[in-house]
Amino acid sequence: MKIKRIHKKRFCDLSDSTVLTMITAAVFVILYVFAMIVFQKGFLKPQTFFNLLNANAALMILSCGMTVVMVAGGIDISVGGVSALVTMCCAVFIDHHGGSFTGAALLALGIGLAFGLVQGFLVAYLEIQPFIITLAGMFFARGMTTIVCEAPFNVQNEDFVRIRETRINVPFLGSVNKNGIFINAYIEIGVIVALLTAAALFFLLKWTRTGRAFYAVGGNRQSALMLGINVKQTVFLSHLICGLLAGIGGFVYFMHVGSGSAANAAGAEMNAIASAIIGGTNLMGGAGNIIGTLLGTLTLALMQNIVSSAGLDQAWWTGITIAVMLCIFLIVQSVLIAAVILHRNPLTYGSMPAEFLYNLTKKSVGASSAQVLCGVALHEKSPPDRVHRQIIVYRIRGQTLFMGSIIYPVFCFFLSS
Amino acid sequence: MMAQDRSKRNFLSFFSGKQFLIPLAALLALVIFNLIADPEFFRVTLGRNSAGDPVLAGNLISILDNGSELAILAIGMTLVTAASGGQDISAGAVIAICGSALLRVLCGSDLTSGQIQSPIIVAFLVCCLVGMLCGAFNGALVAFFRIQPMVATLILFTAGRSIAAWINNNELPMVADSTFASFGGYIKGVPMPTPFFIALICFAAVWALLRFTSLGLYVQSVGISEKTSRLNGLDPRIVKVGVFVIMGLCCAVAALIKVSRLKTINYSIIAKDIEMDAILAVALGGNPLSGGKFRMSSSILGAYVIQFLTTTLYKFDVQSDALSAYKAAAVIILVVLSSPVVREKLMKLLRSLSEPETAGKQV
Amino acid sequence: MFVCGESQDVPALIFRGNYMKENSILEMRGISRSFLSVKALQNVDFTLCRGEIMALMGENGAGKSTLIKILTGVYTKDSGEIYLKGHSGPVEISSPQQAQELGISTVYQEIPLCPNLSVAENIYAGRHKKRLISWRKLNEKAEKLLSSLGIPASPVQPLGSCSVAVQQMIAIARAVDMECSILVLDEPTSSLDEQETERLFELMRQLRSKGTGIIFVTHFLDQVYDICDRVTVLRDGRLTGVYNVSDITRVQLVAEMLGRELDDSPVAAEAEDKAVGEVLYHGRNIHSSENIAPFELTVRKGEISGFAGLLGSGRSECVRAVFGADKGTDGNVVMNGKTVSIRKPSDAIKNGIAYLSEDRKAEGIIGELSVRENIILALQVKKGFFRPFSKSEAEGFADEYIRALGIKTASADTPVKELSGGNQQKVILARWLLTHPEYLILDEPTRGIDIGAKADIQRLVKKLADDGMSVTFISSELGEMLGICSRLFVMRDRKMVGQLSGRQLSEDNIMKTIAGGEHDGAGPQ
Repeated sequence: MKIKRIHKKRFCDLSDSTVLTMITAAVFVILYVFAMIVFQKGFLKPQTFFNLLNANAALMILSCGMTVVMVAGGIDISVGGVSALVTMCCAVFIDHHGGSFTGAALLALGIGLAFGLVQGFLVAYLEIQPFIITLAGMFFARGMTTIVCEAPFNVQNEDFVRIRETRINVPFLGSVNKNGIFINAYIEIGVIVALLTAAALFFLLKWTRTGRAFYAVGGNRQSALMLGINVKQTVFLSHLICGLLAGIGGFVYFMHVGSGSAANAAGAEMNAIASAIIGGTNLMGGAGNIIGTLLGTLTLALMQNIVSSAGLDQAWWTGITIAVMLCIFLIVQSVLIAAVILHRNPLTYGSMPAEFLYNLTKKSVGASSAQVLCGVALHEKSPPDRVHRQIIVYRIRGQTLFMGSIIYPVFCFFLSS
Repeated sequence: MMAQDRSKRNFLSFFSGKQFLIPLAALLALVIFNLIADPEFFRVTLGRNSAGDPVLAGNLISILDNGSELAILAIGMTLVTAASGGQDISAGAVIAICGSALLRVLCGSDLTSGQIQSPIIVAFLVCCLVGMLCGAFNGALVAFFRIQPMVATLILFTAGRSIAAWINNNELPMVADSTFASFGGYIKGVPMPTPFFIALICFAAVWALLRFTSLGLYVQSVGISEKTSRLNGLDPRIVKVGVFVIMGLCCAVAALIKVSRLKTINYSIIAKDIEMDAILAVALGGNPLSGGKFRMSSSILGAYVIQFLTTTLYKFDVQSDALSAYKAAAVIILVVLSSPVVREKLMKLLRSLSEPETAGKQV
Repeated sequence: MFVCGESQDVPALIFRGNYMKENSILEMRGISRSFLSVKALQNVDFTLCRGEIMALMGENGAGKSTLIKILTGVYTKDSGEIYLKGHSGPVEISSPQQAQELGISTVYQEIPLCPNLSVAENIYAGRHKKRLISWRKLNEKAEKLLSSLGIPASPVQPLGSCSVAVQQMIAIARAVDMECSILVLDEPTSSLDEQETERLFELMRQLRSKGTGIIFVTHFLDQVYDICDRVTVLRDGRLTGVYNVSDITRVQLVAEMLGRELDDSPVAAEAEDKAVGEVLYHGRNIHSSENIAPFELTVRKGEISGFAGLLGSGRSECVRAVFGADKGTDGNVVMNGKTVSIRKPSDAIKNGIAYLSEDRKAEGIIGELSVRENIILALQVKKGFFRPFSKSEAEGFADEYIRALGIKTASADTPVKELSGGNQQKVILARWLLTHPEYLILDEPTRGIDIGAKADIQRLVKKLADDGMSVTFISSELGEMLGICSRLFVMRDRKMVGQLSGRQLSEDNIMKTIAGGEHDGAGPQ
């Protein structure tokens, strides 16, 4: 049997991460168009989009760091705490000690690096579960923030305020205000930093030896070791990068809010993890990409924006929305992983979630529509050895269910309000 | 030669086996530290509370009192850790949800009068139900969708307190009922705080559960090898959901105590960081955080040791917000010391230290 | 620890103390390594010459894999020296990466490559010279390599989407491409079928003629005689001897591995027809989600049946379907005249079926639990959650079976992972016997355990069948199956293609059926 040799990737050769990223991109566009139609005023202005960027630049950086660490098979939940610590330290440094802007930036990098170093060492060389270490790191950072300074305060230093309020106009984009004057859309410096960071990481993950090592280690540590990759160093490096980015992210956050507070970046670790997962990063490691993560962050922010535009302004809705989003994406991912496990290792019984979701659909819309929706007919008719097709089938299921589960609740919101 | 070998092995197994010794050693260290710093720490007096009843007071009593919720949570956390190889980090948030539900039922529509509108037992049962539902949700994510426990519980960890606020429409109901207050305070005529007794009841319940059912064997089998368990007729998914439901129940009981202490609820602060303490208790008890074998008594002792540490820190005027930094440092030290890599190195060091001795004796 | 009496015990087969022999490319001298209290290797010497295939043999726990892992830098050695050709003085190998740089490449049996990376990346990962990667070049190079070796895979496809055999071939391609001077193959044939094995051997011969030294770890005696030049035998962490394959007979080799004399065939073939018992189990249309064609199975009381077929032919999947071990199991099953439904393992256990999985580590033992807990587990589950055994009851069971099966353990409280492979297998067997099954399914119970324990298990199976239990026995060794089973179900391509019993049972017949000869049609279609 001659196998056709092609360098072009077939659909089934795409990694799960790419598929998830594509889904996320589609969801983002659909949601945005949807929001433009429903809340015309706000969302038609370009500035609304750029405000999404402005408000989430720090989160993007944190999410990128999280992606790196998750691709390498770890997790870092200290990023929010480290960011808070960075904001507080920088605020105290500038305001109480008359420090310079550059000094503060260096301080931020130093704090991030220190956390990355220690956590990376403990995880990589002492082989301790990353979750426990970084959980401790989070509490440590939050506690330290209070120890550094108890009360939250705004930084008044003029130099700093000037830099922080620098706005970069976006050419050709903008809107006309009430008085008929054209106002350019603008972005903050933080966005530039975030985009540069993302570009650097994208390059790192895609084209460098180190970047590919992250994927290898996340895919299977043992194998990576046998392939001659220095696993410990790679894991260490992933935590180091994440720590460093937490420092940068914290500083960007500081520039955005201009204050030091223990409550800064609250729940940022959760948002970062959610962004990465929504963008297609595999929780178990070995898959993920930066573009997806950026899209994930934006989708998440957009969801929050829509929720608040819909009049559900109370604080708790944000938390619940993110949790629901994360929940849905995790389930979708688990369906995909289950499909892959089923395919790679027939001895496990991982197809459960997909079956469960299929049965659920079957109950609500009837067997024939469920088969169409979830692509099961294909599966049941397929000859027993066609594993590839099976995977596509599961992907189709995942996509369908995912789309439905995102868009359906949003519709419900508007029908009820 | 044989005897020497054995004594050497016992000496070494002090560090690798004998789980109970780890929390005991930590307790001892704390006791000695406090004895040196301030022997007054251990004084227990018989005073009168605001109602005029004779009650015991002192740091030791407050440790037994305030450690109750933690010890109860440690029970659930131990089981979750053993069966799933991960930890439930939503404990604090679930307590908030349970507490909020409890108050919602207790107060009904009348939030401010302080009169209770429904029997406490009904409210408590609802609270337990809510806790078990939360547990079942976590458990289902872990068991059926195979999401890592810590990430699965991250969902409730973030959303929990928001949900709790939502249940009561972000209002703060007050309860001024003396019967209800006694769950977190004192029963008339009993000098020991009630939470201590509630904890004792929970210990008895879990002891009975381990003694009269096969829970221990099932949980450990599932935690060590899921596939083998399944082939032996166990359903790992049910066991996992089961332990998370027990965890939810523990949260509900803890919520009862917490809410009764405060007589109201503060959604963002109630039981804050308690999951951290519970995980610490399990780790301090010498149970592997990656699941498998566990020892309940060790975890419970661990919980009280943590409370001892907290009380000691408070005594040294450490701010409650800053407390987490110290505890985090303690966790890191503990986890580092118990990591296999460090342990192996320590063993090697010990062996090289003890080897010259035996060599000397042989001569 | 300077008392070292062992060195004198080592047979004087190795040239000690000299510098490297003229044509040897690797010499390991006096290698020792212990894990906590267990001495895995004691003062072992090993040499490999240019252009030879050296078999490394030994029972489980003999120290083969430890030796390999020291050579490839996964473990560090406690003492000893490694000499490589072209390096004056001993070399230190502290990581797999370093081993690669020194020209030692390895294909591991149980550790696959990275399933999430593409085929091309798997071939070149960890050996990029440059920091940056050119995907086009990488794919082109991989393409050339794959086609030159005839491996049916595309360089861009994720490795995980290839079959296991192809993955193994890719691993070998990687090793070959590194132009190593020493190639280590750690049981590479266990997941390959005969054709693929033959292709691998062809590749090995090519490499040998080019001067590569190959270390070949295997359990199969046939393969040693097929392809190897010399054989190094380890036993209990010590070197037993190094022999030319042509100078040593099979019996001698086995005796060397075991340290005692044994008959060539431990169990004599059995020709007579047994009295046929009544039907215990009859299943029609049994199927599962594991891609096996629905099949029909009849099992009689007191009979030992077996499933024969090549690896991957679906024999394990069939018995798993009988036990309900895989998802989507169903079928019309009648046991003892009653219709029963078996869809999951607990159903099967309730109906008196027991199943010993082929994967002892992942699906057999519960490593950290004690021997006692491992033994009572299945019965406890059968008895129910609310009726636990008391400690004395459990101890009684454990002691009884430890004695009955001759399990070598320090005590019933020892964690089962500390036992040797054969004893672990006996513990699992004890677990199932304790549930008093009517139908016992044994999937490869004798694989990877020492020959003594193997004979014990074979004897036990025969005794159980004599006592009226039905047994289904699966083994990769045809000889073993012929010696034990009185009826064989033959599998081909995930289909049951025939049934053989009585006089039909001969190696020749089975081979023909597997290959698709005249015996077709005997089975259900």
